[in-house]
Amino acid sequence: MWDFIMNHYYEIAAVILFGIGFMNLLVQRNLIKKLIGLNIMDTAIYLFLAARGFVFGRIAPVPQDLTNLSAETFINPIPSGLVLTGIVVSVSTTAFGLALALKLYRRYRTLNLDEILVLSKKEREDKKQ
Amino acid sequence: MSHVLPFVFNFPSFSILMTLMGGMVTPFIRNGRVAQKINFGIITVVGVMNAILFGTLIAQGGDGTYTYMMGHFPAPWGNELRAGPLEAFLATCFCLVMALSILGGLKDIYEDVRPKKQYLYFLMMNLLLASLLALIYTNDLFNAYVFIEINTIAACAIVMIKSSGETTVATIRYFIMSCIGSGLFLFATSMLYNITGELLMSSIQEKVIAIYQNGDYAIPLTIIIGMMVCAVAIKSAVWPFHSWLPNAHGSSTSSSSAILSGLVLKGYLILLMKLCYRMYTPQIMSELRINDVIIVFGIAGMIIGSIKALKEHHIKRMIAYSSVAQIGYIFMGIGLGTDIGMMAAFYHMLAHAFTKPMLFLAAGSLVHRAGHKYEIKALKGSARENPLAGIAFTVGSLSMIGIPCFAGFVPKVFFSTAAFQCGDWWRLTIVLIALAVSTVLNALYYLPACVHIWSPKKEEVVHHGHADAHGHDAHGHEEAITEHAPEAMEVHEEHEHPKRPLGISFIASMVIFIASNFALGLAFTPISEILKIGVSLLG
Amino acid sequence: MTNNPNPENKKTDQKLSPIRMLNKWVNGEELPMEEKDFELHLDMKETNHPVLTVRDRARKFRKVYVVFSICICVALISIMMIATIQMPPFGEVDVPTNNEVSEKYIEDGLTDTGSANIVAGMILDYRAFDTLGESTVLFIAVNAVIILLKRDPDNPDLSEEAQDRREELIAQSKPNVILKIMASVLIPFILLYGAYVVLNGHISPGGGFSGGAIMGGALILFASSYGFKKVSTFFNFKTFTGITSTALLVYACSKAYSFFTGANHLESFIPKGIPGAILSGGLILPLNICVGMIVACTMYGFYSLFSRGDI
Repeated sequence: MWDFIMNHYYEIAAVILFGIGFMNLLVQRNLIKKLIGLNIMDTAIYLFLAARGFVFGRIAPVPQDLTNLSAETFINPIPSGLVLTGIVVSVSTTAFGLALALKLYRRYRTLNLDEILVLSKKEREDKKQ
Repeated sequence: MSHVLPFVFNFPSFSILMTLMGGMVTPFIRNGRVAQKINFGIITVVGVMNAILFGTLIAQGGDGTYTYMMGHFPAPWGNELRAGPLEAFLATCFCLVMALSILGGLKDIYEDVRPKKQYLYFLMMNLLLASLLALIYTNDLFNAYVFIEINTIAACAIVMIKSSGETTVATIRYFIMSCIGSGLFLFATSMLYNITGELLMSSIQEKVIAIYQNGDYAIPLTIIIGMMVCAVAIKSAVWPFHSWLPNAHGSSTSSSSAILSGLVLKGYLILLMKLCYRMYTPQIMSELRINDVIIVFGIAGMIIGSIKALKEHHIKRMIAYSSVAQIGYIFMGIGLGTDIGMMAAFYHMLAHAFTKPMLFLAAGSLVHRAGHKYEIKALKGSARENPLAGIAFTVGSLSMIGIPCFAGFVPKVFFSTAAFQCGDWWRLTIVLIALAVSTVLNALYYLPACVHIWSPKKEEVVHHGHADAHGHDAHGHEEAITEHAPEAMEVHEEHEHPKRPLGISFIASMVIFIASNFALGLAFTPISEILKIGVSLLG
Repeated sequence: MTNNPNPENKKTDQKLSPIRMLNKWVNGEELPMEEKDFELHLDMKETNHPVLTVRDRARKFRKVYVVFSICICVALISIMMIATIQMPPFGEVDVPTNNEVSEKYIEDGLTDTGSANIVAGMILDYRAFDTLGESTVLFIAVNAVIILLKRDPDNPDLSEEAQDRREELIAQSKPNVILKIMASVLIPFILLYGAYVVLNGHISPGGGFSGGAIMGGALILFASSYGFKKVSTFFNFKTFTGITSTALLVYACSKAYSFFTGANHLESFIPKGIPGAILSGGLILPLNICVGMIVACTMYGFYSLFSRGDI
């Protein structure tokens, strides 16, 4: 068990972080905190990918010496590429989420999602009368 | 061997790139009507291209799929598309449904969306179509993730473009649920990459079969496919995760509702079917017992979605809850795990894609005629004033209930055939009972709505005027705080009760929808043959 | 209608402990002390805000919901932990991911793509379709933010007026000399560094996304030290859409060319160049420049749309 934890602590941390982010996304009432949770979740995935791409004794896949390109020198470049793509995607979704939160704040003067739901329900009922 | 592909085979990649570029060009235009024409042109061209591809593939005997490399490097290294008759057929149908949905709701779009932002609506439509086509054609797991994200943001954008408080709240709920789904999907993808070392679906299948026979990673394989099914279930609103759907679909403008429930949900389901057939084989899926979970989710969705719809008074929300039930049918078909079940799921997907947009658009038109009242009771007599929308609504309702001759009937027959072929007595019983109960429930909420819209209107003029005055008062205050041009306009119109004439586009779209509904309901032999071939080539 | 919807606001002059203040600030209930001057002066009396008195169902079931979600999360963590335990060992060579796919990327990457940075070669040449999608995600996100936050002169909004007042206040406040001078010294170097990162993306770590983010940071620094009015003399909404859409179109067209020639096994006319030189890597350098421009504009666009609702 101890060996396992010592060998896999990156992945364990990633899974726990994913859980923390997921819980934030579900439990928090504040929209900004929810979005922070979303970012923690995404970052956990990147940590997981980066950790799984690592190999002892190998270096990052940006060679300085272009004459010696052997697969035994460099780590696998695919996880790095996936992380790069993922980061941009998560930046975009976060910006979109923040814009939604700002719009809701300007309308309802609160960031609390429960209050927003109550207020919008009231608004709908007012309109119906 | 000649390396040059027939020119027709380039069409999948062309159609994805064309729709993407259409979206990129739109910001230069800044005019909603011009943007709409460009969007319509692109959808037509893409639809025709996919139809030609489909015709060519069928003419060649219809027994082959081909792979198309995106770039100079073959598949495990580069990205890859994979097209067959089924994919081409689905892409054609999606283009048709999208064009008709936009045409049918055109007047509502121009009314609900502020003039300065109308071009952005069509930008989102272009990119939404691009992502749907990419989800249909792609053969790469990570590529699917990227296009899922495009799809999510575009879908959220077409909900919130109506810019009222209700739609923004609906959007943020949709957005949060979608983000959970994307997170689960990405984590599952990276885990799967770690145990197989591949991102290409076909290569993953080889590795998965090898791993499964070794027995090394049986538990991770189960967990990964479970997470993926959960992610897709969240995004396509299967029962326990459906809470975002009625708000998002019920409050947006009618074209958006039509496209969201007709197409956006289907994109994820097609991805799920590909995951089942191309990544994991059906045999592994049933041995890992994932199929049982899917079938339980599906049946629960069928029943609970219908019960919720039964309780609903808001007509668009009722139709939206009905979508939850219909997605449950498709899930059940996938969960049956046989080829014929999968074929029935595809058939139901098509039937739903051609029926639900029609229902939403017809309901939008009826609601407009009744003076923007969304209560079913308030719609009394609206169909008499607007017979075309009334007929469309009735045809859609009958199709969703599953009356013979209409589109919704055929897949139900196939579902029961699949259940008989499955061999398990408990599966057969559950599926048959669920089908019967759900059909009765569907009838219980669709038929009263039909009766309501056709029954003659009572004299309620005095009361109505009073309500209007009230509504106007509330709105007057609201305008002070928020930017509310569209709603302010609505209030204005409520007062004058203008009879907006039905546009040619609306009439055309309704007529084509009704015709295709009958086509799906009557000409089921050729279509089911195509789908059968397609399913057999999916793996 | 005169009720204050947020009764806690009344208590702001009471002494609060720093932690409580920080907590309130994080919750979005209050601005930090120093920025009180620039607070959005919205008169809440004008709004007919419904008062939160009704205990809604959502609040009643709050506790049940929290317990339920914690259970879900613990279950999720343990399920994923079980999957992780059985993953291949960490940092070893013979794991499934080190297969022929990654070997080819490393060994043939330079000859295939002409790019010395293997990751850049992978994402912009081998798997270019993913990256095209990824740039489109940025584009669609910025357009969605425009839908949400861009001002419409035909529909002025109370909060927008408040923003204008805030901006005026900032403009009237005493000029921050240190900020301006430091910004004028730093911005050229930041831009230069960003351009360096973009242009060397194919031979060293970096690339369009990171370099573009750096350049976007320079624009944001300029806007926050000199004000948006100065920026809008050379960068407004028209230039913004022009640059992002044109760059993305160039990207998509060049990739469409390479997809078409690649799939049909035609010879591509784009030279690969000398490996390691600045003019190498075929399409990767122009693509990096396009991506850099998109990202720089988008980053500034997000900042500007969020802070004043326009670009």
